[in-house]
Amino acid sequence: MTKIKTLADLQRIKGEVQSKFKIRENSNNPTQFVQIKVGMATCGIASGAKETMKYFIEELERQAIDALVTQTGCMGYCYAEPTVEVILPGKEPVVFGFVNKTKAEDIIDTYIKKGELIDGIIPITFKTIDD
Amino acid sequence: MKSLSDHIMDILQNSISAKATLIEISVEEDKKNDLCFLKIKDNGRGMDENTTRQATNPFFTSRKTRKVGLGLSLLKQKAEMANGTFNLISELGKGTELNAKFQMSNVDRPPLGDIWDTFYLTMLSNKNIEFVYQHKTEKGDFKIHSSEIKEMLGEVSLMQKEIKDAIIELIRNNLSDIETVN
Repeated sequence: MTKIKTLADLQRIKGEVQSKFKIRENSNNPTQFVQIKVGMATCGIASGAKETMKYFIEELERQAIDALVTQTGCMGYCYAEPTVEVILPGKEPVVFGFVNKTKAEDIIDTYIKKGELIDGIIPITFKTIDD
Repeated sequence: MKSLSDHIMDILQNSISAKATLIEISVEEDKKNDLCFLKIKDNGRGMDENTTRQATNPFFTSRKTRKVGLGLSLLKQKAEMANGTFNLISELGKGTELNAKFQMSNVDRPPLGDIWDTFYLTMLSNKNIEFVYQHKTEKGDFKIHSSEIKEMLGEVSLMQKEIKDAIIELIRNNLSDIETVN
């Protein structure tokens, strides 16, 4: 296989993917999705939030869970970074602290897939930040 | 924060909060003069003179969730530690431009790090913002626009594993072609 270097190469990959799989399309209705927001401010990045976010993207994709993984700012829990806000469809947001790979795996297996709460929730009346 | 990519990821959040629609990042390696430049330019809402002056003060922040703001302060410190300079220009309503200079051979110069991850993750999270990344060395010039990728992908999700891997590989291959020093 030739090395991917140009947009044309990327287009070739896109073609291959489209012919092989049923493509998950960008959704216009994110409320049906699991939404995951990873705190990506200075405190988060310094604590490894980038790795956490990458792990969520890879794992949810692998397990074919429809999810929207995005970044958000600092939620004010710098002591507990990386922090992750998870919104299951129709539910209130839940914020987890100290989310490394192991914790992320636990969140996916227990909270996202079964809906059961696990340790590590930041127990404050929480409002999603907009900035 | 160990790498330049981590700092870039961090600073990008400032531009995003400032409602920028176009963010240009450029890294230039000038081996001849032993210098490395980082420039981040956005068209966000900008800051007034007073805010710009205070932006690199770690005890100043525009946010309300906490009382410190370390992002710019840390990058300024890194640049100065590596025998370089740091400079922030901003105008209300126009945008902000950040310039950091490092001495290339300085042991304290942060390595570039995984800029491909920074680019991919930030692009994924901010679908309506145009990110441009440019990297120059004496071997060549590489430039990538997030809008070109999105346009080409159309309805295919950026999160699709093969697509994600391909975007990251594309950036890595191009950077290794121009012999980026990490």
